Amino acid sequence: MSKLTFARAINAGLRKSLENDPKVVLMGEDIGALGGVFRVTDGLQKDFGKHRVIDSPLAESGIIGTAVGLAYRGYRPVCEIQFDGFIYPAFDQIVSQVAKMHYRTQGRVKMPITIRVPFGGGIGSPEHHSESPEAYFTHTSGLRVVAVSNPQDAYTMIQQAIASDDPVLYFEPKRRYHDKGDVDESLDLSTALPLDRAAVVNTGTDVTLVSYGPLVKTAKDAAMAAADEGISVEVIDLRSLAPVDYPVVEASVRKTGRLVITHEAGQSGGLGAEIAASITERCFHYLESAPVRITGFDVPYPYSKLEMHHLPDLDRILDGVDRALGRPNSLSGLEG
Amino acid sequence: MLTDQAGKGVHQGTPGPGQSAQNPLRTGGDLLQLVSPEGDRISHPEFDVWVRDIGDEQLCSLYEDMTVIRRIDAEATALQRQGELALWPPLLGQEAAQIGSSRSLRDDDFVFPSYRESGVAYVRGAHLSEIARVWRGNASYGWDPQRINVATPQIIIGSQSLHATGYAMGVQLDGASTAVLAYFGDGATSEGDVNEAMVFAASYQAPVVFFCQNNHWAISEPVRIQSHVQLADRPTGFGIPSMRVDGNDVLAVMAATRVALDRARKGGGPTFIEAVTYRMGPHTTADDPTRYRDPNELEDWAAKDPILRLHKLLEAKGLLTEDVAARVKAKADAVAAELRSSCIDMPDPQPLDVFNHVYSTPNSWIERQKDHYSRYLNSFNQPVEEGAL
Ligand SMILES: Cc1ncc(C[n+]2csc(CCOP(=O)(O)OP(=O)(O)O)c2C)c(N)n1
Repeated sequence: MSKLTFARAINAGLRKSLENDPKVVLMGEDIGALGGVFRVTDGLQKDFGKHRVIDSPLAESGIIGTAVGLAYRGYRPVCEIQFDGFIYPAFDQIVSQVAKMHYRTQGRVKMPITIRVPFGGGIGSPEHHSESPEAYFTHTSGLRVVAVSNPQDAYTMIQQAIASDDPVLYFEPKRRYHDKGDVDESLDLSTALPLDRAAVVNTGTDVTLVSYGPLVKTAKDAAMAAADEGISVEVIDLRSLAPVDYPVVEASVRKTGRLVITHEAGQSGGLGAEIAASITERCFHYLESAPVRITGFDVPYPYSKLEMHHLPDLDRILDGVDRALGRPNSLSGLEG
Repeated sequence: MLTDQAGKGVHQGTPGPGQSAQNPLRTGGDLLQLVSPEGDRISHPEFDVWVRDIGDEQLCSLYEDMTVIRRIDAEATALQRQGELALWPPLLGQEAAQIGSSRSLRDDDFVFPSYRESGVAYVRGAHLSEIARVWRGNASYGWDPQRINVATPQIIIGSQSLHATGYAMGVQLDGASTAVLAYFGDGATSEGDVNEAMVFAASYQAPVVFFCQNNHWAISEPVRIQSHVQLADRPTGFGIPSMRVDGNDVLAVMAATRVALDRARKGGGPTFIEAVTYRMGPHTTADDPTRYRDPNELEDWAAKDPILRLHKLLEAKGLLTEDVAARVKAKADAVAAELRSSCIDMPDPQPLDVFNHVYSTPNSWIERQKDHYSRYLNSFNQPVEEGAL
């Protein structure tokens, strides 16, 4: 067991994958000598060479499009998109090509491509550097979408993503890159929790709080604060955003009868909407109140001086928990 | 009338040779240079005429602008280090490319910059607080684009080249004589957008000038990762003529830009300029170039410093009198002080500003979220009412 930052944990996972499988290649802008703008690929080009850790031209559609060709040829490309907001030039390749190739060829061509995306806000960046674009991709069949929330998962899930024969969008919460955590580097991938499974990270009985990526930590902190007030919150880390592991969420909601979902992305058409609808369908008779969403607002990600208002924080989540429980809250007395 | 920081009229652009409608265009290959790194004026049969109006006073004024924007750059970097700006993209080393090109523009010309063209914004009349506020995190746009005919800074690499081309197509539809200038870096030439912009510009012969500042680096990636040929050789494949100029030579940049703008105005279509320069600082204040850059390379380029070069020329001509030097220094000091105070005094945005301007007409989704958030904020001042939602 070692203590690693999030960024080092991903680095260690990438290193393992490069060592274990000669078909794994890394591609992206600035991932070589610089080690990526967040240093996630630090030292990998030095150790594995320029042919396996490739500094790509500044062209996102090019990075993903050539990865499609490499995958055709039997490689397992791991592409880094430097920041969430720069994935859009590659959107066409991802949704039209990467996502559909397996279906189109009835399984004859696999696209074992991993696309690493630092996502979310909270680091005071200029525009296009703090987006939460996951819903665009969860809406696209054929893609697996995961978001990691702690160094151990970051380490194992990057390897599972690379080993997956399906394309995986691997979202990294950039504001947590420097958070440290225990990482068991000897963990056997075959015994680790599978890539598409959710985890209950705090058990509770009064309300189910669902989150993923950067907000899992905030959700856990909120659960601790709620416990001080005698409220028992069960926190679920979704881990996989597509497909969502509904059985785990369902079981929890059947127990608590209440659901709060929190994410940084805007509310409309977001993952929270999908989960609220699905759980309402599956657990209608168990629900004691309407599901509550605590999300970013339906606005473009704001300039950095205002981002703390946009991002759900501990207090906003607790206010949502109060709403779910029918306790006094900021919207008390309002209809709908 | 656009005015710059000093309140003086923004430079009226190309006087052009008038009688000689000949546009000396060249492709790649040799670098256009009118002033050597030693500060000697190199005469050129075709291009001299394009800068013949640049007399002593004009040279001093170019020198002043370059010195001032270097000072803006230094002050902004210091402000970032002091936590007053969240980030700053330095333009150190690119002063001649930015001043030479932007001072070739006419007021009615329109500019589409990337994030690094603070010097261009200054020349076009952006207020210093407007230059600072994006980087302070107080707004996502700098200045009013319609006031100074400069689009808001673009962070998505290369996108603005398409916008510039579209604007130029609009100019064409209007039958106007405006020219459009798009700035981007060497890295940007790899993006689909820049290549698609060249396709459109060539197909419609749009009056747009693609001004590529080849500063040799795209963050940590040297230009050779972006292109196997000289950048100026690329556009010719799209049917766009190009020029390769010494980007640290303000006169050469001016001559080439004037040629291209004149060509655009006269219906000659798009032109590509590769200004060969060097980014002497980090990519942004968040970057550490020692991880990827050979310090010797920096030294070589320091010897070609654009301001030093003009300094030498002025000295040789006996123009750099104590008076002129003092005036330039005073101006730079004043601008730096104004940048600092306007940055520090900038009022913070209000929490509910987060909801403003998403749509031009009210939107019930957002109004509801705004109302809820305002109730939430108010709930901290007063105990929340009893009674559940
Ligand atoms: C679409 C997109 N991809 C990646 C980035 C991240 N990024 C910002 S600047 C930069 C390098 C740009 O280099 P260049 O075009 O040469 O311009 P320079 O910064 O040197 O002026 C990169 C990769 C971005 N802003 N937009």
